[in-house]
Amino acid sequence: MQREMTSELIKEILGKYPGTKDNLIKALHELQETNPLNYISPEIMEKCAAHFRLTKAQVYGVVTYYSMFSIKPRGKYHISLCKSPVCSMMGSENIFRYLEDKYGLLPDHVSDDGLFSLEKSECLGRCGKAPSMMINKDVYTGLTTDKIDEILLNLKSKPGK
Amino acid sequence: MILNDPKIALARAGKINPASIEEFINTGGFESVKKALKMNRGDLLDYAEKSGLKGRGGAGFPTGMKQRFTSSSCQTCENRYVVCNADEGEPGTYKDRFIMESDPFLLIEGMILAAYSINANYAYVYLRGEYYQSIDNIKNAIKLSYENGFLGQNILNSGYNLDMDIYLGGGSYLCGEELTLLESLEGKRGYPRIKPPFPAEKGLWEFPTLVNNVETFSHLPFIVNNGFETYSQTGTAESKGTKIFCVSGNVQKPGIYEFPFGITLRELIFDIAGGMKSDFSFKGALLGGAAGTFVNETLLDTPLAYETLKKEGATLGSGAVIVIDDKTDLKKMLSSILSFFKHESCGKCVPCRIGTTILYDKISSTDFTADDLKFMLAEAEYMAKNSLCPLGQSPVLPVKSFLKWFVL
Repeated sequence: MQREMTSELIKEILGKYPGTKDNLIKALHELQETNPLNYISPEIMEKCAAHFRLTKAQVYGVVTYYSMFSIKPRGKYHISLCKSPVCSMMGSENIFRYLEDKYGLLPDHVSDDGLFSLEKSECLGRCGKAPSMMINKDVYTGLTTDKIDEILLNLKSKPGK
Repeated sequence: MILNDPKIALARAGKINPASIEEFINTGGFESVKKALKMNRGDLLDYAEKSGLKGRGGAGFPTGMKQRFTSSSCQTCENRYVVCNADEGEPGTYKDRFIMESDPFLLIEGMILAAYSINANYAYVYLRGEYYQSIDNIKNAIKLSYENGFLGQNILNSGYNLDMDIYLGGGSYLCGEELTLLESLEGKRGYPRIKPPFPAEKGLWEFPTLVNNVETFSHLPFIVNNGFETYSQTGTAESKGTKIFCVSGNVQKPGIYEFPFGITLRELIFDIAGGMKSDFSFKGALLGGAAGTFVNETLLDTPLAYETLKKEGATLGSGAVIVIDDKTDLKKMLSSILSFFKHESCGKCVPCRIGTTILYDKISSTDFTADDLKFMLAEAEYMAKNSLCPLGQSPVLPVKSFLKWFVL
């Protein structure tokens, strides 16, 4: 399993941003991306509040407003599978079912090995090749159940911490 | 003049390396900036106005008029801003991503023109956080534009200064609404502001701000290079120039197509996108995405333009053309749209917060019948009248057109 990011690393990242609040969302993006657990932890929010001279509630308000930020730890590979009208018409519901039946992946849950989490996402702008999904920063289109097997197997066998 | 290759925003797409400023410049890139910096601002504003260009983000507001308002408001203000709305999130729409991935310098060029014409010294690209390739391309394009003297201090020795930066959205559909986008740019939750004042008067940090869509900015270089007369000769009476259509669904060749306004749905789907896939037959389309309208085969020969579609109670919106086939579950599709609005409603104003939930609950209920659609229409009409921002005003579009064209 992955570990929480260190206080030093949080401070180091925040140090790159001037302390005006228009930099908050930029900093949150970088913090979440750097966090091995792929989310905005209470400690990150606390340190952001101090750095940007905001209340903890204001930071929490921003973090929970934007769907790209998560206040719960996520998998090493976070899957955003599109459920919007086009992808849903082109079969993304079958893919959701398949991910649950074969891999036990449910929206907003992390797999036991900490590798995968799943999110029902809105339109990802890949409608010409629907259904589509993103895993972290990578885009996958024209999904079929075979393709899902191939992609997940590939990620599972990837070395690294 | 009829353009042989009717492309403006996508003229270079696929033909140049989007990371190379040399290839951009060698294909006529930044020529319009050289020309514009020698023109006076009033003439440049006239160009945009006389071209007839309308905003390509969905609302279709005249771009030139918006530029003029922004340039003439608050003469005592020390700052003025230009913001590019690149927070594309309308379901079925992926044209802005395509522009930024294939010709990112074109967007920068268009933004420089707009900024110079209203005398703004700061510009931001508010880019959707999930569009990683676009983010990389735009960051690179901004950096190279600085290095080559098209951004920064004293651009091309004209004495004009413009700084540009990129800002990432956090995955909120609502932040595509211009005033909400500005709230987000200021680092806050994306709650819509009450308007007026419009951004032209009080936008970013209360200063006059021009907010345009990616595709809109991408048309300005063509207009400055070729003149507004040439530009306004393409398109229809009230919809000038070209438009990018994003075709999706069970057609042979779904994808991005740029054509002059006035092309029909039949031409677009059956000629250009190759018609339906075998085993599927055409049933209708959803034009403009979730905040768009359903149409059926009756409108196949209606020219696609703002005014012609409006007459039929339809809208072009962002340019999404989601083709519906005989196997599409229509109720499920409407339900998916209503679930989207429910999810994206920010909750600030009551008619939208509660209305979007009522609409979704109604269509999801097990005893739903076609009669319920009439109740839903009444609710959606109430929301349209009483909601603060376009999100609450939009569900009436799909619901009403659904009732008009389809029988469950």
